[in-house]
Amino acid sequence: MKVSLFKYLILSLLIIASNALLASEEADTTKSNDFDVNEVLMHHIKDTYEWHILDYVNKNDEHVVVSIPFPIILIGNGQFDIFMSSEFHHGDKTVKRGNNEYILYHEKIYYKSENGNEHGIEYKLNDKGEKIVANAKPLDFSITKNVVGVFLIVIVMLLIFLSVARGYKKRPGRPAGLQAFMEPVILFVKNDIVVPVIGEHKSEKFLPYLLTVFFFILFGNLFGLMPIFLGGANVTGNISVTFTLALFTMLITNFSGNKEYWKHIFAVPGVPIWLYPIMIPVELLGIIIKPFALMVRLFANITAGHIIVLSLISVIFIFKSAVMASVSIPLGLFMNILELLVAFLQAYVFTMLSALFIGLAVQEEH
Amino acid sequence: MDLVTPNVGLIFWTGILFVLLLLILWKFAWKPILGTINKRNQSIEDALNAADKARQDMQKLQADNKKIIAEAATERDRMLKEAREFGDDIIKKAKEDAKLEIIKLKENAQMEISAQKAGAINEIKNQVAVLSVDIAEKILRRSLSTEEKHDDLVNDMLKDIKLN
Amino acid sequence: MVGLASIGAAIAVIGAAYGIGKIGAGAMDAIARQPEAAGKIQMAMIIAAALVEGVALFAVVVALLQG
Repeated sequence: MKVSLFKYLILSLLIIASNALLASEEADTTKSNDFDVNEVLMHHIKDTYEWHILDYVNKNDEHVVVSIPFPIILIGNGQFDIFMSSEFHHGDKTVKRGNNEYILYHEKIYYKSENGNEHGIEYKLNDKGEKIVANAKPLDFSITKNVVGVFLIVIVMLLIFLSVARGYKKRPGRPAGLQAFMEPVILFVKNDIVVPVIGEHKSEKFLPYLLTVFFFILFGNLFGLMPIFLGGANVTGNISVTFTLALFTMLITNFSGNKEYWKHIFAVPGVPIWLYPIMIPVELLGIIIKPFALMVRLFANITAGHIIVLSLISVIFIFKSAVMASVSIPLGLFMNILELLVAFLQAYVFTMLSALFIGLAVQEEH
Repeated sequence: MDLVTPNVGLIFWTGILFVLLLLILWKFAWKPILGTINKRNQSIEDALNAADKARQDMQKLQADNKKIIAEAATERDRMLKEAREFGDDIIKKAKEDAKLEIIKLKENAQMEISAQKAGAINEIKNQVAVLSVDIAEKILRRSLSTEEKHDDLVNDMLKDIKLN
Repeated sequence: MVGLASIGAAIAVIGAAYGIGKIGAGAMDAIARQPEAAGKIQMAMIIAAALVEGVALFAVVVALLQG
């Protein structure tokens, strides 16, 4: 027990240390000498078109960025363009394809504007009086860092669960190795999350989806905690990813909803008829709000966790003092351990609530 | 604002990858895994049921055994009792036989005794007669030396015989 | 405007924190009373906490939208 605890501590320290490393590299990228915490945090949390590894200023005072570029896929003005993100040279150059000229500005791709500034960016004021980019955007289906992150999760899950499934074919009776490690988790999802809310018989149909979503979120959360290998992408802390997952739950809930479910929406039992004009819109809104809460909960929890850990590390660079590390590293370690719990808890909550919504949609009259 | 605006491309790719993952895992992972676990649960349940049944059978068997033992015990008791009764009967009968035999023997003995007694009395009588005759002879020889004495004697003798 | 949104989010978070605290306290109480029902209570607690949390997250999202 003691040994394993020690191992965890070492592992967590390594994670923290590499987080600090990342933060320090990012800190140097800011052009001005002032350390902009917001910039660093947003850069880490947002999606990008390349897998940023490190950057530095070499002897000739050139800014060198080491990163893995990903393919960019754009559909705009009836044109279908594919090129590597390295062609942008991290936003220094525009990319011309046929009639379209694209620019990369703050990790977003726009059409170059004729009457813009030297970067080809044109600004406009929004209704609050803030300056926002006015350039038009092409339809963007690029393979971004988060797409790669999702892809990594998919690959790892396939590797793990196909091998576990093979294990079950080989030794159905006595699980061993990875299979023995995964079986309690699978059984936890089955017996402690899904079956109590959907019921033994009906859960069979929904168990594969709920298991997949549970492990997808769990792996996404855990990979998000790893700074370099497998991780670095803030997959489950991205609103698009959580939107997709919540959308699946919503679709499954409503497509498997039985007569009872729709009766509850359009003719709530025990409510007088004159209340229907209020109740029906509320219930219809509920169809949207439930998955919306799922989407926002996962996104906000994971993003908040990343922001807290990175903020704690950034404290060192704000104060420009290594002494601060003695405070921020233990706090960051604590937060990272807490995030391990949150990673599991959020996967649990998402799966549990999805199961609950589905369970409410398929339950019989009682 | 940027942070909470979903991106169509990422939704597209996530959706496609997730559906692919779901379908592949559904067919090649969850089905065999859950199937095997269910089958194993079933087999465990079957085994438990079988064990329960075996235990019940065992209990029944034990109860049967007890019943058989009890029956055997009663049978033994009965047999013992019978044997004892039989033995008692034999003893009783033997005693009775012995009693009868004794009575018979006694009777025989008494008969013998009476016969012997009679024989002995006869013998004694004969002896007494012989002795008497002898004595009488001797006395006669002596006393019949005279006539008178002779007569007296005859008379006495006659008197005696009458009395007898 | 950004400041106001943040203050609004903070007020929502105070409310949610109070709510989750009450849920946790209630669950502890219930588990202490009936330790054998701990599993069911935990599940209900997490669902209730998640629902309260959801409300707070709406406030946070509104703050993010403003900022």
